[in-house]
Amino acid sequence: MPATTTLGTRPRPARRRAAAESAGSPLFLGHGRLPRALAGTALAVFTLLWLTPFALALVTSLQSERDVASSGLNPLKGALTLESYRQIIERGNIPVWAVNSLLVATLVTVITVVISTLAAYAFSRGTFRGRRVLLGVTVASIMVPPQLLIVPLFQQMLTFNLVDTYWAVILPQVVAPMMVFILKRFFDAVPRELEEAARIDGASELRVFRSVVLPLSRPIVAAVSVFVFIGAWNNFLWPFIIINDSSLMTLPVGLATVREAYGIQYAQSMASALLAAAPLIIVFLFFQRRIVKSVATTGLGGT
Amino acid sequence: MSTKASPKTVAARDGGGGGVPEPSPAAGRSGARRRPSGGWFVLPFALCFGLFMLWPIVHGITMSFTDESLTLAGTSFVGFDNYAEAFGDAAVWNALGNTLFFTLITTVPLVLIALAMALLVHTGLAGQWLWRLAFFAPYLLPVAVVTLIWQWVYQPDLGLANQLLEALGFAPVGWLSDEAVAMWAIALLTVWWTVGFNFLLYLAALQSLPDTLFEAAALDGAGAWRRLWSITLPQLRRTTVLVGMLQVLASLKVFDQIYILTKGGPNDSTRPILEYIYDVGFTGYRLGYASAISYLFFALIIVISIAQLRFFPRQEG
Repeated sequence: MPATTTLGTRPRPARRRAAAESAGSPLFLGHGRLPRALAGTALAVFTLLWLTPFALALVTSLQSERDVASSGLNPLKGALTLESYRQIIERGNIPVWAVNSLLVATLVTVITVVISTLAAYAFSRGTFRGRRVLLGVTVASIMVPPQLLIVPLFQQMLTFNLVDTYWAVILPQVVAPMMVFILKRFFDAVPRELEEAARIDGASELRVFRSVVLPLSRPIVAAVSVFVFIGAWNNFLWPFIIINDSSLMTLPVGLATVREAYGIQYAQSMASALLAAAPLIIVFLFFQRRIVKSVATTGLGGT
Repeated sequence: MSTKASPKTVAARDGGGGGVPEPSPAAGRSGARRRPSGGWFVLPFALCFGLFMLWPIVHGITMSFTDESLTLAGTSFVGFDNYAEAFGDAAVWNALGNTLFFTLITTVPLVLIALAMALLVHTGLAGQWLWRLAFFAPYLLPVAVVTLIWQWVYQPDLGLANQLLEALGFAPVGWLSDEAVAMWAIALLTVWWTVGFNFLLYLAALQSLPDTLFEAAALDGAGAWRRLWSITLPQLRRTTVLVGMLQVLASLKVFDQIYILTKGGPNDSTRPILEYIYDVGFTGYRLGYASAISYLFFALIIVISIAQLRFFPRQEG
């Protein structure tokens, strides 16, 4: 995941600033005691509600299948056990699917970010023929819900003989007109003087892009990478349609099919759910402030 | 694509109107004059775009005028037959109704709860990382995990939902098996799952508001509620419009969680239009007809988008 390494490079100043912000942010509450207590209570209630399903899954996953079936939600009945986790890991499906997901999501992210930044830069600075038309069509295609393309895309993959391959999962996902547009807006706002200086020094266009523009664009590239990665990791419909071979399935697809095949064993299901959920949640835990910042940078949340 | 992935799609399109100004033409030309930038930078993207976006769009339209099928070899041109059939197909109208109903009952809570969460988190109370994680974490879950957990919550005998009801003295409910309840149960799960994205948009917006505004108001003697109503909420107006529009578009595309949890049942009461398209195309093998319904739905999405743009003028706030 290139995104996370970039995100982690300079955590210090951001942390200090955030601490200062939260210390005395009088936005609307001020320092009155009653409003603060009310807000705190509301916050606690929301948090409790939002964490309950996770807690439920955790408790269930630590019980034996028999205790779950007999006592349901009573966590105190029966001993806690890691049996479900052991069985899942021994059966070996989840690690395979996790590796597939990681491979697919990483490749989608890398390819998307490379072709999108190049294209966005060309749209921002380029003078090639058909630039305006292509840009217009790209922006317009943001409106097209990707689900509508599954039927023709499926046929296309049949024609190319790519059904049941990684490439069939990856390729259609690398087209991200939205990300191109976000990046173009960012490049538009980058001052050109630096590039001019490099050009005068005789640097090639690719060199200007790599050594001058990209280093300036780290936050936006990180934000785009994070969202492309989350999207690809969680994508369900397309991989579900195009992959039948169990050893090639991504995590969401594999979990869904296993459930249909074996019926539900709650303790094991919950253990597998938590194992599947852990990676992205841990990543978010470490980079959450950066991610919020990134959203602000993209202009998505800006006022 | 999951239902969550698409909202971003339109986000920047909207932001483009009022956000960063286009560079002055002069600046662009001076760089260009020196060295016309190569079109080959755009080539890899253009190639993928043409192959995996433009071609399927065009092919889908052609397909919708044929009786193309997954199983039979020969296909023939049938004109507008598919479209005529779709208009007379009760299942299409039912699925469309389900989709619109779902959109209605998810959009309002997904905007309001996200706003409430962001405001609460932004008060600066201790434990920032915990609140942020708690509200955003579900958004990071793959759909299969979300549905697994909620299937357990909604389990008829042992599930949390029914045990709570019984503890409070109510009769248990068939959360996913009762026609009157199933869509609400799915909406509840969806709110829990996806509110994090909207929450993040609001939080980012709040963090970019200038503190000076509030300090000035506080000095002028405006109380906490006054500042909330007269400053914070109006400042968030643009974000609210954006979040609301994105949410409508995202909810219209609901498929994943419904397909896994109820397969559209009980009695087709939760079947959304995208699932009907999937069923017609991949279970019924009628690709031509599925394409026609797809394009009718796409037309509806465009109409709704335009209506929203009209309804919420962009220069607001």
